[in-house]
Formats: sequence, C-alpha cells, structure tokens
Amino acid sequence: MEVKTASFEKTASPKTTTVSGAEAVIKCLLEEGVDTLYGYPGGAIMPVYDELYKYQKQIHHVLTRHEQAATHAAQGYARVSGKVGVAMATSGPGATNLVTGIADAQIDSTPMVCITGQVGSHLLGSDAFQETDIIGISTPITKWNYQITRAEEIPEVLAKAFFIARSGRPGPVLIDITKDAQFASLDFSYKKCSGIRSYKPIPKIDPNQIEKAAQAINNAKRPMIVFGQGVILGGAEELFKQVVEKSGVPAAWTILGLSALPTDHPLNVGMVGMHGNYGPNVLTNECDVLIAIGMRFDDRVTGNLEKYAKQAKVIHFEIDPAEINKNVYADIPVLGNVNETLRVLLEHLKPNKHEAWHQRFKEHYKIEFDKVIKNDLNAERGKIGMAEVIDEINTCSNGNAVVVSDVGQHQMATCRYTKFNQTRSNVTSGGLGTMGFALPAAIGAKMGAPKRDVVAIIGDGGYQMTIQELGTIFQTKVPVKIVVLNNDFLGMVRQWQQLFFEKRYASTEMINPDFITIAKGYHIKARQVSERANLKDAVKEMMESDEAYFLEVKVEQEENVFPMVPTGASVSDIRLE
Amino acid sequence: MEKKNFTVSVYTENNIGLLSRIAAIFQRRHINIESITASRSEVNGVMRFIIVVQVTEEQVKKIVGQIEKQIEVIKAFYHTDKEMIYQETALYKINSAEFVEDLNIQDFIKESNARIVTVTPKFFVIEKTGKRHETDNLYEKLKPYGLMQFVRSGTIAVTKNEMQISNILEQFDTTN
Ligand SMILES: Cc1ncc(C[n+]2csc(CCOP(=O)(O)OP(=O)(O)O)c2C)c(N)n1
Repeated sequence: MEVKTASFEKTASPKTTTVSGAEAVIKCLLEEGVDTLYGYPGGAIMPVYDELYKYQKQIHHVLTRHEQAATHAAQGYARVSGKVGVAMATSGPGATNLVTGIADAQIDSTPMVCITGQVGSHLLGSDAFQETDIIGISTPITKWNYQITRAEEIPEVLAKAFFIARSGRPGPVLIDITKDAQFASLDFSYKKCSGIRSYKPIPKIDPNQIEKAAQAINNAKRPMIVFGQGVILGGAEELFKQVVEKSGVPAAWTILGLSALPTDHPLNVGMVGMHGNYGPNVLTNECDVLIAIGMRFDDRVTGNLEKYAKQAKVIHFEIDPAEINKNVYADIPVLGNVNETLRVLLEHLKPNKHEAWHQRFKEHYKIEFDKVIKNDLNAERGKIGMAEVIDEINTCSNGNAVVVSDVGQHQMATCRYTKFNQTRSNVTSGGLGTMGFALPAAIGAKMGAPKRDVVAIIGDGGYQMTIQELGTIFQTKVPVKIVVLNNDFLGMVRQWQQLFFEKRYASTEMINPDFITIAKGYHIKARQVSERANLKDAVKEMMESDEAYFLEVKVEQEENVFPMVPTGASVSDIRLE
Repeated sequence: MEKKNFTVSVYTENNIGLLSRIAAIFQRRHINIESITASRSEVNGVMRFIIVVQVTEEQVKKIVGQIEKQIEVIKAFYHTDKEMIYQETALYKINSAEFVEDLNIQDFIKESNARIVTVTPKFFVIEKTGKRHETDNLYEKLKPYGLMQFVRSGTIAVTKNEMQISNILEQFDTTN
C-alpha cells in the first residue's frame, strides 16, 4: 500500500557505484521490478539501448514496429498485471509517436512510465536535429513529466516517476533524458520513493461519510450500483463482491469496470452507457439511490446530464477529489481508495435482497433479449454476426481468457457478450477510444499474463492502424490470438451515417487487402471464415493453438449495434432498434 | 450561475513547467485568464501563483480541483473579491515636454496617490498602486498628455482570513 504522508528523513545512503547515466536508467528499472519494456531505438536514446544490450539477460526489451504500439503494449501489460508498463523512444518523431498512447493511459488511469531520449542539453531550444519539446507536448496528457539534464538526477527522478505512475489514481509519466545526461557518470544508489510532500495519492477517509452512505443504502428501496475501473485499480474486487452480495444491490458496470465482477454473477445486471444494456440504463432513471463506485460519470455513461438520475440520491466512492461533482452532483461523496472505504462500508451494511426491484431488471432483460440479444446470438440466415463469434470464444475460453478489444462496433459486441470470470481480463481503450489499440495491447497483455489465453478482437479498420505489429508478434513469438471481424466498413461510423446522416457513407467503405496473405507473410497461422458452419471449428482451432493465430471472420456488413442511447438523449430513452 | 471575479491562489513547488501545466487547465476549458502573477511565497522554496478569472463558482471549484491534482501543487484556493485584499501596480511613461507645461497634472498626481519614479528631460515615469478602476482612472487622465507607454501588473492579493495553508507550509519549512 502506498504511504500517505511524505517521508523526509534522510537515511544513510546505501553503497554507491559509479555508472553512466544510461546504465543508471537500466538499474532503476531493475530496482522497480521491471522485467519487460517496449520501445524503439534512435540517436538520442542510443546510450540506453547500449546498456539494454548488456543487461538483456535481466530485462526484456520488446522492439515494437512503431512507438505508438510500444505505449499500447505497455498499457496492455499494465492493465492485466497491475504493474507499471514501460515504453521507451528516441527524441523527436520517436517521442511524438508516443502521444496517443500517453493520452490513452491518462484518460484510462493506466500506470505507465515513458522514457524518451533528448538532444544534448547544450542544444536544447536550438531546433536541433530531432529536437522536439516533448515536455511541452506531453504536459496536458501526463500525470507528471520531467526533463533530466544531469546524470545525478536519474535515480531520484525515476523513483518518483514510478511512484507517481502507480500510486493513487494511476496514470502516465514521461521522463525525457538529454543525451549528455545519459553519457555522464554518477555515483549510483537507489532509494524507492515513498512520498512526495506536495502529493497526496489517497485522500483521508471520513468514516462519517461512509456511515451516511451505508444508511442511505440500507434505507433504499430501489438502489443501484454502477462500478468502474476503480474497483480493479484498488484491488478491491473481492471486497466489492461482498458488498454487492450482502446489500443485494443490482450492480452495473462501465466499460472499464467490466470483469471486476464475474459477468454471470446473479447480481451483475450488465453495462451502462451508450451501447449498454437496456435494464441498467432505463432503471438509472428509476432507482432511488445510485451508488457510483470508482467511476467518473463519463458522458458515454450518462447521456444527457440534465436527465440523468435526477430522482436519485447519489453516493460517489472515489479516490480522486477532482471527480466529485465534476459531472454529477454527489449527495454523499466518499473519498478514498475503495479497497479501504468498501471495507468499512461492508460492516455497516444490512443484509438485503431487493427481490421485487431485481425483477424489474429481469423484465427489462427479457425485453432486450427478445428484441436484440436473441437475434445477435442466433441469426440463422445471412452472414455471421459479431456476437456469434464472441459467443463461440466464450464456449472455448469458459470465460477465462483475457479479451482485448479495439474500437468500434466489434468493441461493443465484445464488451456486451464476452463472459469474464476473472478480473483484469477486459482490456480496451475506453476513454480515448483509440483505434489501433488492440493488437499491440494484446502483445503486452500476453507478456503480462503469460499463462492466460489472450484474444484480441479487432475491426478491419483498427487492425490496419497498427497491423505492422504482426512483425513484433513474429519476432517475439508471443502466442496471441487475433480475431478480425471484417465487415469491410468503418462499421461504427457507418452505423451513425445510417442512423443520423441518411446513409451517406462518406469514406467508411473499405477496400481491404488479403489479410490472410499478410499474416502468412509474417509466418503467422491464419484462417478465414465466412460460413457459419465453419465458425465453431475455426474458433476452436484458434483457441487450441499454442502459437500466434490469426482468424479473419467475414461478418454481416451492415449490422448495427443496439441498444443505443443517441447523443444528447437521456439514458432512459435508449433505443432497441 | 452568474460569472464573478475569482482569485485563485496556488502554492507550488518551484519547478520548471508548472506554469504551463496550470495554464493548460484554464485553456482546455476555454477560460480566459484576466491576470496572473507568480512569486515566492511566505515559505522558503514555495511559489505562489495568483490567477484572476471571471467564471461561475461552479467552474472555479472544478478548476481548483484540477489544479490541486497536479503533483507539484501543494494547495490551491479560490476567493471572491470581498474575501481578499488586492492591488495592482501600473507604470505610465509620459512625454516631459507636455507634462511640464501643464501644472495641473502635478496636482492630480498627488490627488490620485501616484508617485513619480523617474524624471529625465524626455520623459517621466509615474507609478500608481491600487484597484483596477483607480489605475484606469489615472490612465484616462494622463492620456491627453502623450502617454508613451503604459503597463499594469497582475493582481496581487492576500486573504483577509488566515489561509488554511499556513500550517502545512510551516511543516514544510522545518523539514527543508
Ligand atoms: C484513431 C481513431 N480514429 C478515428 C476514430 C473514429 N472511429 C470510431 S469507431 C470507427 C470505425 C471503426 O471501424 P472498424 O475498426 O472497422 O471496426 P467496426 O466498427 O467495423 O467494428 C472510427 C473510424 C477512432 N475511434 N480512433
């Protein structure tokens, strides 16, 4: 657990050795327990790569084929393992290529440390070759960033970087190191960071607030929980399950909360938000107490704020004080790590069942099942539907795989239909919606959880945004399973064009290459399915493969994802068709 | 909710880059900064930013939350004009020739509690510290005399009541 107060005592410094700044970087990574990092070399970071060469037995550097992929791989690694993901790049274009992944990690609270090389300090500001102001560029999208110009700064700054990335509400940190600082030598000694005086990662718990929350929950007639990634980041899954079970409150998840509670848990009532389930969306506007746990009321979750849960008393369990009242007013804010606050809450909760209220969720599920789910899963005519593929994967994985999804219709199908028994199993770009995320993130996820099956589910559009990572898969032999649900469209955008732009399909139709040949060019096993009759066998073959496997499924071209809360509408005006 | 003047006071570590981190919080929300000053504070090594913005109270609360979240920010507060004692300083550079000819002007400099900082054969520099409308007033009065340059500082302000920060800062001081 993180230390909440800063410690300033100067302990007797441990034994020191003289090393170069570059070697110090590697030593710091080792001290922080980094076993894998992702990156791409270049002029300004070459001294560090030279040390990586020397330390290759201790630390595994994965050469991705693009720096953006290095960040997504680091994110995938962090999301499944709970450890800090590390990405490395050279100055200039190397550094700017990290930007998308950093922004993604910032909005999805993923612990990541990015290390970039920088031109020599005497050249700073001179528009030198491959000089770019990455500190300026990354400031609004990092939790913290810092430029090192002297080798002596390296141990302390990197210790701070890891502490900041992982503590409190996690996030990305970027450390930019000038080339001269990499070459210069220092007396190396390492002390892990345990606190920073201006930074309080975890707010102090107020037991009164928790008691108030418990009372409101105990007195509620129609309470509803919406949980987010905070439950996972706080390592509070087990505790959370106990809270749900004791209170009997129906629990719905945001896209990043998915897998914190097993999907077939009887009190799990599905997803909230734009393409969430019918029941939890409609009943958000009928519950009397809304209990938000480790979530931030993103607009994709709330729809029109003026018409969001206005009837409900809102309790908000949250680690980040800036989230309280940011989008939705909290009648009872409860600050703190949910790992601690839920523990206290649990003691105060009265056992309850809320049977009649649960019945309402079941009724709504029935409506959604008849209108949407049944057809999604059991289409008998036409081409294969996305949900059918997910369902086959469920059958093979038994709900135990890590599933990494990209962004679009297939992402919604994946999150709506994948079965999850274990936490930290759903890896997707929620807040930023970054196409191209899934393939590299799956590489990182497999390396972060080598014993688990990792399946990436990607659209034909997003696949081609980072398709070059097949090279990384080939080189590292990382056995990920890749499913491309090919509708020959930028499906999600096409859906909006159909619904809101009178079917004017502006630049959403894709003429695609032969994906099988491409995969084979990288010596990756590959298969294409277009007939329903062959789907089961193909998925099974993929799931049983010990090597990387690419499966392309030709799916229905103009399928739409429903339910849907149109932008600007209230969550209770969710459309089923 | 109505927009008002709010003074945001931010106590921070003295670090490169923090200014742009803080400024970005306003910029992202399309909020214009009316004035900003940065200086050392009452505590060794601790900086204090004073930022004046015209926003609703709801907005300023959220902004302060976002500012406090930055790693190197120790504490941030917001106050209304009523809760602050605040001043601005203005400098006026005037053509000496015109100035000397009109004797009245010397009187109204006295009346407006301004001060002559420098006199050369070519120009005078006058300084005035006060509220915005006071420095504005003097501006209007001096304009006819060939105002060669005019500059005004950001607002500097202290609170009427004790800042809750004082204890935290004292603690910092002793541990430094
Ligand atoms: C980098 C990026 N560019 C653009 C978008 C906008 N966008 C969201 S979904 C989508 C279509 C995705 O198409 P595809 O990958 O084929 O998946 P599908 O929706 O067909 O399942 C687009 C273009 C985005 N999310 N990310």
